[in-house]
Amino acid sequence: MATLTINGLEVHAEEEQTVLEVARENGIEIPTLCYHPLLEPHGACRLCTVEIIRRGWPRLETACTYPAWDGIEVRTDSPPVREARKVILGLFLARCPEAPIIQELAREYGVTEPPFPPEDPDQKCILCGLCVRTCHDLVKAEVLNFSQRGIDRQVGPPFLEKTRQCIGCGACRIVCPTGAIEIALEDAAVYGAKPLGPTGAVWVPSMQAVPLIPMIDTDSCIHFRQLDRSEGRITDACQACQMLCEAEAIDFDQQDEILELDVGAIVVATGFEMWDPHGLPQYSYGKSPNIITGMEFERLSNSGGITGGDILTAEGEVPDRVAIIHCVGSRDHNAHVYCSRFCCMYSLKQAHLVREKTGAEVYEFYMDMRTFGKGYEEFYERLQEEGVTFIRGRGAEVEVLKDGQLRVKGDDADLGRLVQADVDMVILSTAIQAPHDADQIGSMLGLGRSEDGFYAEAHPKLRPVETNTEGVFLAGNAQGPKDVPDTVGQAGAAASMTLALLDKGEVTISPQVAVVDEELCSACKTCIPLCPYEAISFMDEEEVARVNEALCKGCGTCAAACPAGAIAARHFTTEQLLAQIEGLFRLPEEEPEEVEVERVPS
Amino acid sequence: MSDNGNGFEPRIVGFLCNWCTYTAADTAGVSRMKQTANVDIIRVMCSGRVDPTFILKAFVEGADGVIVSGCHPPGDCHYSTGNFKTFRRMPMVEALLEQYGIEKGRFHWGWISGAEAPKWARLVNEFTEQVRDLGPLDWKRQLQSKED
Amino acid sequence: MADNGKLKLGLYWAASCGGCEIAIVELREKILDLDAAADILFWPCAMDFKYKDVEAMPDGHIDVCLFNGAIRSSENEEMAHLLRQKSQVLVAFGSCAHEGCIPGLGNLFDRQSIFDRVYLETPSTDNPDSIFPQTSYQMPEGEVHIPSFYNTVKTLGQVEDVDYFVPGCPPQAPQIWAVIGAILSGELPEKGSVVGASATKTVCDECKYDREEKRVTKFYRPHEIIAEDRCLFDQGIICSGPATRAGCEARCTSVGMPCRGCYGPGPNVVDQGAALLSAVASVVDADTEEEAARIVGDVLDPVGTFYRFGLPASMLHRKKLEGVG
Ligand SMILES: Cc1cc2nc3c(=O)[nH]c(=O)nc-3n(C[C@H](O)[C@H](O)[C@H](O)COP(=O)(O)OP(=O)(O)OC[C@H]3O[C@@H](n4cnc5c(N)ncnc54)[C@H](O)[C@@H]3O)c2cc1C
Ligand code: SF4
Ligand code: SF4
Ligand code: SF4
Ligand code: FES
Repeated sequence: MATLTINGLEVHAEEEQTVLEVARENGIEIPTLCYHPLLEPHGACRLCTVEIIRRGWPRLETACTYPAWDGIEVRTDSPPVREARKVILGLFLARCPEAPIIQELAREYGVTEPPFPPEDPDQKCILCGLCVRTCHDLVKAEVLNFSQRGIDRQVGPPFLEKTRQCIGCGACRIVCPTGAIEIALEDAAVYGAKPLGPTGAVWVPSMQAVPLIPMIDTDSCIHFRQLDRSEGRITDACQACQMLCEAEAIDFDQQDEILELDVGAIVVATGFEMWDPHGLPQYSYGKSPNIITGMEFERLSNSGGITGGDILTAEGEVPDRVAIIHCVGSRDHNAHVYCSRFCCMYSLKQAHLVREKTGAEVYEFYMDMRTFGKGYEEFYERLQEEGVTFIRGRGAEVEVLKDGQLRVKGDDADLGRLVQADVDMVILSTAIQAPHDADQIGSMLGLGRSEDGFYAEAHPKLRPVETNTEGVFLAGNAQGPKDVPDTVGQAGAAASMTLALLDKGEVTISPQVAVVDEELCSACKTCIPLCPYEAISFMDEEEVARVNEALCKGCGTCAAACPAGAIAARHFTTEQLLAQIEGLFRLPEEEPEEVEVERVPS
Repeated sequence: MSDNGNGFEPRIVGFLCNWCTYTAADTAGVSRMKQTANVDIIRVMCSGRVDPTFILKAFVEGADGVIVSGCHPPGDCHYSTGNFKTFRRMPMVEALLEQYGIEKGRFHWGWISGAEAPKWARLVNEFTEQVRDLGPLDWKRQLQSKED
Repeated sequence: MADNGKLKLGLYWAASCGGCEIAIVELREKILDLDAAADILFWPCAMDFKYKDVEAMPDGHIDVCLFNGAIRSSENEEMAHLLRQKSQVLVAFGSCAHEGCIPGLGNLFDRQSIFDRVYLETPSTDNPDSIFPQTSYQMPEGEVHIPSFYNTVKTLGQVEDVDYFVPGCPPQAPQIWAVIGAILSGELPEKGSVVGASATKTVCDECKYDREEKRVTKFYRPHEIIAEDRCLFDQGIICSGPATRAGCEARCTSVGMPCRGCYGPGPNVVDQGAALLSAVASVVDADTEEEAARIVGDVLDPVGTFYRFGLPASMLHRKKLEGVG
């Protein structure tokens, strides 16, 4: 433990700490350009120059490299220090006259003119080498380096050419203090990688994510990318997040795991997917960034979103007029015939949000207002009072005018004529649909689907939560469009049915199972591979096949295949079915004899 | 029943699996879809339960046509792969019936999901017409035909 | 029984190959025991009997009649009726009488197509005037009749009331002897039973081969593959064993040939061909319709394959006769 003073303040330092680190820890700012906490300090830009008085001798030193020795006195803003920085900034200004950070710092230190005329007004690189160190020490790609000497010294890849050695991560761009590096998307594509976005490779999926923890996007992450590209050789690339995370929560060895769980019940709550409004070109989706779906509006208006919840057009302006079109892709024979059910209500909610946040005029094109839930009709009335303009009739078309203005045309059924509205933003309340992979989960769990593609419940009225597969329940939009209250209601029902099942600890199985008559079984083993549930096993001792009644689901496939007629599918036995067939043809065929009715004379 | 002029009302037996085609047929009925009344349905749990014996039995007993229908493979079958056995057996049954001189048009096998009630109604109507055009099969008379 | 206490036996050969007659001779030294136990009243194949000898007998005069051969002609049928009348116990002896057997495959054709083939089309036939057999013909000596040829081959049981069935093409000697033994001892099973064969099992039960779970990717006819020493069906050779009544001691598979099904349907099998077809097709290792159709398509003659010995006794009996129904 060392004790030193910085600008007269007594501070303590750990062994190996530098003056810069100790100063920053104590809230004392020292300007730097080439310093990065993840890299070894290099003292290249010399902007962190401070005055150090050791054993009575004052000297100018770079704070980023100077050890925080015991007993030294540091002055970070003394006149000699400011003088030294002025000289340094003058030189930088002469080299990079247009780099904003240089201009800003120069202004701060009162440097107005470079000491000599700049050679190249576009130059931004101060040759601090931060990018080179990043590329070598952190990314471990070893692409960037200095080349040439003296006034020709420059930074870049070998021969300044594209190289596959570069992984296109863009870390150099992020660290460069003067913004001298750009990664062209095209280049990134050449390197087969995504450049790091503004959020880097580790982020929280959304503000309301559950659980609310960051995740590493291994496709973008430098560490994983190097691990991949080097086929496991480069194991120590980057790891910046790990170095910075004080909670030591980052574990690069964590892998996606496939967990196999033995469970007694399954609730299928796989929800819905948005229908793609490109399917109805009259709504011009994709032709203007201001034509958005309801889902996109939700993201826009979300306080965790890109505008912090402000409702703005793509041009960044507050819209004056907004149109909302209901039933886009719902109740439409060219898309989905069904009603997506909750769009009316969320459209009203969105109209309310637009009014509240922007005061814009809102035009709502609707066919019928389906305010089916508790308090919903009242909410609708409230919006009428809030001054939303409701137009009853399908919004027919959205036109993108020359100046980017949007024109919505529709049929006003009340007025009985075509109407149009020019607006700045159009929100399409698009249909929802069953997830595209619904068939996979459906076949895995033996779930049927109704015509609309959503999973079918066992009975529409009496068993709305159960499925035809014992122990599998449905909740939410997996079963069909419904809003949050209905989803929660059904989910609660599914949960309690699950608990009831688990609590009982035993399942009632159907008596409809197959049974082998062991007298008749001749051990041909035809049936063994046929059972979808592997319910039939061969008893080596008795030399017969035997059905495990707890596994058998009673499909009867084995009974149909047993060449010895040894398997009875209970309740659907061969005898019963043959008798049914006979029954169909043994009913009296003749017309009933005409009965003479004695007429009572009237 | 409709009548296309030959005055013959075919009798058709349909073996339908409980979970798909039977559900479709039920829905078609409940939805009052228009169908001929010529198909008698025998419900089995899975199309995989349909022993070719049943198909032959139906013809012997007097059916003019037979339908076997279950859930779409792969994946729709309630028992996951029960219908695989159906599509393995039925082509052989087809070949067998052809050898017996039973016209192709008298036997239909395929898949109709629970959601395809209109498809069932259509099949019933089209198949009835097809079998009507083929005329009676009357296998009983084949068995009883007197030798001279 | 005759006065001498011996069994009065009749043997008759209708539409069949004669193998069943040979099978009697195959009793070898036991034939002497047979002679000791029975008086043979009627055996046209071996001795000179005339039908009128039988007609002259009082009803029920024959104790046991072993009737082999299917009913292919009016003569076969007439003799079936006559022998029924004259016998106390009528036994359908051998596969032809039991279930139609190989002659029964004629049910895939009809009289005319068989005649055309036999009297006109075979390469060795020279019949420029297209002369076919006539059931009656005017000769200078008067009108003569020959039996008429049926469209449909029938089993004995389909034209007459049969007491017992002895399966096999032909029945095996121990089995024949067991039947005769049972009759002699008076320990007769229930009328209508299949005797001399298993009451519960199918051929697999007696077969020497080890079986695995069946998954067939290709069907072979026996000459197309050198079979390994394990279940033939497992190797894709269609074997009728699983659907065929046991009792033969699996003689065919014991020499590496698939069972052909001559013992008729298994004891609890409704239709032998349909049962076998279902089993064979079910184990086809195909998870798509196309694949299944392709593999199954290799079985070119399903009726001949699955009903080789039992077409007349099967549910449908025959191919559809044009002009009937
Ligand atoms: C634009 C818009 C606005 C809305 N606004 C409102 C509103 O204001 N009020 C309201 O009540 N309702 C609103 N809704 C409706 C609401 O979103 C739904 O009712 C609700 O999301 C349904 O919940 P869910 O759990 O059934 O389905 P989802 O929310 O779709 O959840 C299903 C989840 O399952 C996951 N999943 C899918 N397949 C699998 C799989 N194979 N394995 C594991 N996980 C899987 C999905 O990733 C998803 O997280 C709105 C809907 C939209 C589209
Ligand atoms: S298919 Fe029938 S006879 Fe063969 S092993 Fe199975 S139960 Fe036994
Ligand atoms: S009935 Fe179906 S589930 Fe049951 S043992 Fe047979 S094949 Fe398996
Ligand atoms: S070879 Fe034939 S009889 Fe023998 S076990 Fe296989 S199927 Fe059965
Ligand atoms: S349940 Fe319908 S085919 Fe199997």
